[in-house]
Amino acid sequence: MTEKLTPTQIAWRAAQDITDGAYVNLGIGLPEMVARFQPPGRQAIFHTENGILGFGQAPEPGQEDWDLINAGKKAVTLKPGTAFFHHADSFAMVRGGHLDVAILGAYQVAENGDLANWSTGPKGVPAVGGAMDLVHGARRVAIITDHVTKKGEPKLVESCTLPLTGVGCVTRVYTSLAVVDIEDGHFVLREKLPSISLDDLQSLTGARLHTPGPVGDLTAPEL
Amino acid sequence: MDKTIPDLASAVAGIEDGMTVMIGGFGGSGNPIELIHALIDRFLATGHPRNLTVVNNNAGNGHVGLAAMIEQGMVTKLICSFPRSADPVVFTERYLAGEIELELVPQGTLAERIRAGGAGIPAFYTPSSYGTDLAKGKKVEEFDGRPYVQERWLKADYALVKAHVGDRLGNLTYRMAARNFGPLMCSAAASAIVQVSRIVEPGGIDPEAVITPGIFVQGVVEVPKPVQEEELNRAKAVYPEVAE
Repeated sequence: MTEKLTPTQIAWRAAQDITDGAYVNLGIGLPEMVARFQPPGRQAIFHTENGILGFGQAPEPGQEDWDLINAGKKAVTLKPGTAFFHHADSFAMVRGGHLDVAILGAYQVAENGDLANWSTGPKGVPAVGGAMDLVHGARRVAIITDHVTKKGEPKLVESCTLPLTGVGCVTRVYTSLAVVDIEDGHFVLREKLPSISLDDLQSLTGARLHTPGPVGDLTAPEL
Repeated sequence: MDKTIPDLASAVAGIEDGMTVMIGGFGGSGNPIELIHALIDRFLATGHPRNLTVVNNNAGNGHVGLAAMIEQGMVTKLICSFPRSADPVVFTERYLAGEIELELVPQGTLAERIRAGGAGIPAFYTPSSYGTDLAKGKKVEEFDGRPYVQERWLKADYALVKAHVGDRLGNLTYRMAARNFGPLMCSAAASAIVQVSRIVEPGGIDPEAVITPGIFVQGVVEVPKPVQEEELNRAKAVYPEVAE
């Protein structure tokens, strides 16, 4: 098995593309980690759909205020400039095109930008939260994910077989092996781990990787 | 005019069998635990209200609040966006046994449907859910070359909401992210009953700071030190406690 980026390193890589002053929504789970790796000198403003803009890191244990939580129901803190708002305003920010980027997880991403990240099928209890809203409206919808499933199946596919979260909504995918853009219905490879060959990467990808331009090295620090 | 209600039991006395009840909160924040527990007390004493349709973002956590309502069998239908939590066992078991109906709504659509209900807008179009299972059977229309899904307003007989400070006229402020669905639900319910940590005289809230104007509120009851669902769950609380 080839080496790959850890989830933390994928989050680090995604954080490098967030510009100063960007309004950013981070999905529950792994995407939340992106906030830890803002490059020095850049300040993003984080939005959480339950109604806070510009919140800070988690408090020390014992210092939690349970009226001050993020979408993952984890305690956060206030920062100078924090704003509160109700849910309709929060999703006006989302659907109204006011967020610069939303970073989410994925079960599958299709080459046309379709995303499946909310349901693994009819079994169990379905739960969607804000995912179907977040994929519309943010100027960039980026995904961070392992390149393949735990069973080794591709997560980048020709078309999603799992229930869709949104149609044609994803613009960039950061995986454990590569950075891939979605352009005109194709996966366009931008970066890959230096240690993996293009052929090997292609064999782990469920649709064709296009390389119209140079492919950079995907690197991340030890974290 | 005085919208204050003397106690929690009186505050929930008007909720009848089969009603739709909006319950504020996102996870534990803004969850009107004391109002919910008062409603459970009434159910345990009288067998009513039952067959309720509840609108909440979630489906309860642990064995307190909304989860306890579901556990007691008071709820036949839930309209929510995310019926999972740290401990979703109560809803999950009822749902998988086919004992509770679930209408799953994207979170932003849920908020906007409630807002629309309060604003007198019977339907609206949203990009959310287009092309997904949750848009099945719904009208789709194109605007400026993009497809949008038609969604309907959501209204309720009652809203149970937690705010921070209220005056006798029903003007409200909230505390941090506990605001979430509160202002929307107050506007969308025929009767909005609000628990606040403190009731003040008119003038006691800076007009610039009022988040929910009193016109949307029918009753205010004081709960000076409200419990947090999260803290009850960390203490593994069960409502009502079962006598051994």
